[in-house]
Amino acid sequence: MLAVKYLSKQFEGLVAVKELNFDIQEGEILAIIGPNGAGKSTVFNLLTGTLKPTAGKVFIHDEDITGLKPYQIVKKGVARTFQTTSLFDQLRVIDNMLIGCKWRTRLGFWNTLFHTPGWKSQHDQAVQSALETLDFLGLADKALAFIPTLSQEEQKRLAIGVALVSKPKLLLLDEPTGGLIREETERIAQFIKSVREQGTTVCIIEHKMQMIMGMADRILVLNYGQKIAEGSPDDIKSNQAVIEAYLGGEAHA
Amino acid sequence: MITKPIHTKLLYGFILLAALLLPLYAPDPYMFQVIIMSLIFAIAVLAMNLIIGFTGQASLAHAAFFGFGAYGVAIMTKAGISFWLALPAAASISALLGLVIGPPALRTRGSYFAIVTLAFGVIVWIVAGNWVQVTGGHNGIFGIPRPTPIPIPFLGEIEFFEQTAQYYLVLAFLLLTLFIMHRLVYSVFGLTFMAIRNNEPLADAVGINTFTTKLIAFVTANFFAGLAGGLYVAIIGAVSPSVASHMLTFNFLIFLILGGMATLTGPVVGAFAIPILMEWLQELGHFRMLFFGVLLIVTIIYFPRGLVGGIRQLNQKIADWRQTKS
Ligand SMILES: Nc1ncnc2c1ncn2[C@@H]1O[C@H](COP(=O)(O)OP(=O)(O)OP(=O)(O)O)[C@@H](O)[C@H]1O
Ligand SMILES: [Mg+2]
Repeated sequence: MLAVKYLSKQFEGLVAVKELNFDIQEGEILAIIGPNGAGKSTVFNLLTGTLKPTAGKVFIHDEDITGLKPYQIVKKGVARTFQTTSLFDQLRVIDNMLIGCKWRTRLGFWNTLFHTPGWKSQHDQAVQSALETLDFLGLADKALAFIPTLSQEEQKRLAIGVALVSKPKLLLLDEPTGGLIREETERIAQFIKSVREQGTTVCIIEHKMQMIMGMADRILVLNYGQKIAEGSPDDIKSNQAVIEAYLGGEAHA
Repeated sequence: MITKPIHTKLLYGFILLAALLLPLYAPDPYMFQVIIMSLIFAIAVLAMNLIIGFTGQASLAHAAFFGFGAYGVAIMTKAGISFWLALPAAASISALLGLVIGPPALRTRGSYFAIVTLAFGVIVWIVAGNWVQVTGGHNGIFGIPRPTPIPIPFLGEIEFFEQTAQYYLVLAFLLLTLFIMHRLVYSVFGLTFMAIRNNEPLADAVGINTFTTKLIAFVTANFFAGLAGGLYVAIIGAVSPSVASHMLTFNFLIFLILGGMATLTGPVVGAFAIPILMEWLQELGHFRMLFFGVLLIVTIIYFPRGLVGGIRQLNQKIADWRQTKS
């Protein structure tokens, strides 16, 4: 569903992503792994329009989306989370969710100002889907809570929920369990699997090998901005280049 | 979405009643005039609150747009156009000018946006003082007609020479502004303003066109700033460049910060209480500025949500305290 072609990103002197090619297939969980600074988050930023690529293109269902703004790419059905948990922390849980599904509604300026005939049903529908998603997240009883009162794990869940509430086709998760303890990680992993079961394709960046090996259908390994391996978890486990990259040896495949 | 508790509703009902009956107990014509002006400023500060308080974009050109409304009504009514046509027209012109300068100004962020809008405000003020043929230069425009009387079948007409009629006119517009602001802000659409203030990259990432949303907030704010300006000249009967000066912007800003940003009551409380407080502190002369300076610093540090926010904090503390006791 998503295709990346010769994607490159250069920050001044530093090449963060170099001539990267890969696909994401409908319905799969694709994991992107790699050492710190390998360029994983940069890839997400390039896919979602947060950064403009120096070269290369990104396609969704054969449509070129390179250079579109983040808010436009969301409308193509690609939602994301950030590596550091990013929420509207001055607002309540339900407000965060409503903001997440706003773009799917016609709750714009004029409809809101005049409470046009469609306004009420649109509004109720937004609240409805926000509450449904909260239920799915296991946060239904926290709807009116403010963000700082939530636990770390709840915040991470909510961040996924804000991306999920607009029912994206592809969900990009940047280290959704970063900083969490083991049990919490397992719960989130379980949750991500149920997201995929609902029909959402997932692409996930992770450091926790055990979790990834048990969850991903395919794994893509980056090092110094380049793809050094791609394949099933079993392939990756025994891949020489990957082992070298992770053992800190100067990897030259 | 946010249902207020019953005692808050009762309080608002009481304040509304007190406002409706105010002409019966207004102390003297001078104070009455101060109150009428306060209500006009409240409209302008509510507008400023939309762009600064809710959307988080520090527009310091607010008085310039107040000025567009003021000069607009002055020029149009002097040319014989009815006030009732001139007022919405002037407010719309103000909004339209916001639509013109908004796009380039909103390309900048944070303090740069504040500087750009401040610069624009200063330019407007200078133009108002020097474009003699249109604005009357530093002397401004005098003898602006009062709002055209409203005919009422069988009963005659409502004229606006009396303070009481002027008061109700302004109060009606303030209530209308509050009603519209309430609709906009406490809605899914309104949440997008706060989303931008709170976390712009995330807002962008969840499908909000942040640029357009900011522009809508800016233009709407400028419409109501223009409306307030138009009402101001019709009541005062004269206009001079000071209505478009950045000093007025800073006055609005002080009302907003002291009253309470990002609440709907804050701007009204600020615009109402501060000028009255100023009058009471008249004897202190220039020292009252010292007083306000200290007040402002204390507020910004300890009560970032102003007087209204402070009262809410206190309310919450009392509620928590009662809960732990029981
Ligand atoms: N906006 C930026 N400007 C300059 N350099 C950047 C920028 N963003 C990332 N980089 C650099 O690009 C490289 C790749 O960063 P990136 O964040 O993509 O790594 P990562 O694989 O996500 O690492 P981690 O596992 O630590 O999250 C790093 O060397 C980083 O310092
Ligand atoms: Mg990263």
